[in-house]
Amino acid sequence: MMEILANFFGAFLPVWMVTLLLILIKVVAIVLPLILLVAYATYAERKIIGFMQVRVGPNRVGFKGLLQPFADMFKLIFKEIVVPAKSNRFLFLIAPLLAMGPAFAAWAVIPFSDGMVLADVNAGLLFLLALTSLGIYGVIIAGWASNSKYAQLSAMRLGAQMVSYEIAMGFALVGVLMASGSLNLGDIVRAQSGSVFSWFVWPLFGLFVVYFISGVAETNRAPFDVAEGESEIVAGFHVEYSGMAFSIFFLAEYANMWLIAALTSLLFLGGWLSPFQGLTFLTDTPVIGLFFGDGIHWLLLKASFFMLLFFWFRATFPRYRYDQIMRLGWKILIPVTLVWIFAEGLAIALGWKPWL
Amino acid sequence: MSFNWKHYFKTFSLQELLQGMGVTGKYFFERKITIQYPEEKTPISNRFRGHHALRRYPNGEERCIACKLCEAVCPALAITIDLEERPDGTRRTTRYDIDMFKCIYCGFCEEACPVDAIVETNIFEYHFENRGENIQTKEKLLAIGDKHEAEIAQMKAADAAYR
Repeated sequence: MMEILANFFGAFLPVWMVTLLLILIKVVAIVLPLILLVAYATYAERKIIGFMQVRVGPNRVGFKGLLQPFADMFKLIFKEIVVPAKSNRFLFLIAPLLAMGPAFAAWAVIPFSDGMVLADVNAGLLFLLALTSLGIYGVIIAGWASNSKYAQLSAMRLGAQMVSYEIAMGFALVGVLMASGSLNLGDIVRAQSGSVFSWFVWPLFGLFVVYFISGVAETNRAPFDVAEGESEIVAGFHVEYSGMAFSIFFLAEYANMWLIAALTSLLFLGGWLSPFQGLTFLTDTPVIGLFFGDGIHWLLLKASFFMLLFFWFRATFPRYRYDQIMRLGWKILIPVTLVWIFAEGLAIALGWKPWL
Repeated sequence: MSFNWKHYFKTFSLQELLQGMGVTGKYFFERKITIQYPEEKTPISNRFRGHHALRRYPNGEERCIACKLCEAVCPALAITIDLEERPDGTRRTTRYDIDMFKCIYCGFCEEACPVDAIVETNIFEYHFENRGENIQTKEKLLAIGDKHEAEIAQMKAADAAYR
């Protein structure tokens, strides 16, 4: 399809403009569905948490409340953006964009299916680590520019929390790249092909758990959402934000959640690979083979499962105390990853195949 | 300090966290108890204390004799009464105002009333659109009483056995 478009635009545009245009089209093709996914993640969250609390959740706007995300969006668009009088106006307004930018930019290296990737970067994993770390800037700047003690406290908490969990997360990624021998996300997924049992979850189960837990902490979701701690610091770093500026923070948070969900499925659950691969009687059947074969739908399903876990955690666990969060990150998750990486390295050095 | 293997196993297997998720997961499939308010309503007690009303006798004469017991008992000082003597010698109100913003719906006025004139109905869905409408005048209260007399009488009769 991209070649058809390239030929079409190539007929009347110079080459560099065609390249630019194609990249832009791909970006839009990624970002628009992503925003839609984010919108419906908010709906799913409210519905799922509602159901777990024996409520029904939003059910008024549209059939079963399916238009609720749009109602919320339009409400937020039309609301006034209040800029606090003694805040730093420039930083205050640029902070949401700084939070959103990395959350979306990280999607550039995510392979949705074999070869279906915007930028097939060789150091994709490093790029991701760098961008997820950049997300803190938006939050810290927002907290500082608001000139509010609650926002400031929250930004400080969040900064410390994200820095701590980044280490555990990075170590979990080290385990993955030791197993796959590559930093390219596409190659990492391809290294897991074969059958369900060649996915990295099995040999790297501990790292998988650590990665997802630190992912939850990275996105400041319950039970690690001290940065939002309603009972202590109102709403956290975005207390002073309203309207569109607030919704952009929201967008960034949910885009980050989808990112973590997609990454966990890519790194540990074989991304776009079907769990039925190897079972040729299923994958080679003409019609149902499309479903049982590899494809983007498996990535979407796996990522959706992790999104469900995010919401499930939020419905289940009470918020951690701040020192407990730090204890969990530094004294439990990091040692666990270190031991696991050591064991994995030993297994690789000795050539134990099932342990890679 | 001894090394407690059991404790470590319990913590690292995330056993209690998974148990907790099991509980919420079970409730996900439970029947929902939400009442869809405008379409569905919860049953209302006969003693429900909602909007006030002034009742009349079957012959059309208003019950209130302006004894001012309700005004005296009202803890929120929401009731204001003025009275006159009618040509036939009876005592009647010329003004009976309840400030619905002051009212705390305690039901003392109803308890105090010797002739069951002021009552609290089960009307709870009402609102005011203009300033001053929160003061419910005698005419308005009587109108509500006239409109809902059957319902009020039925409620009071049903509750009488328990008083």
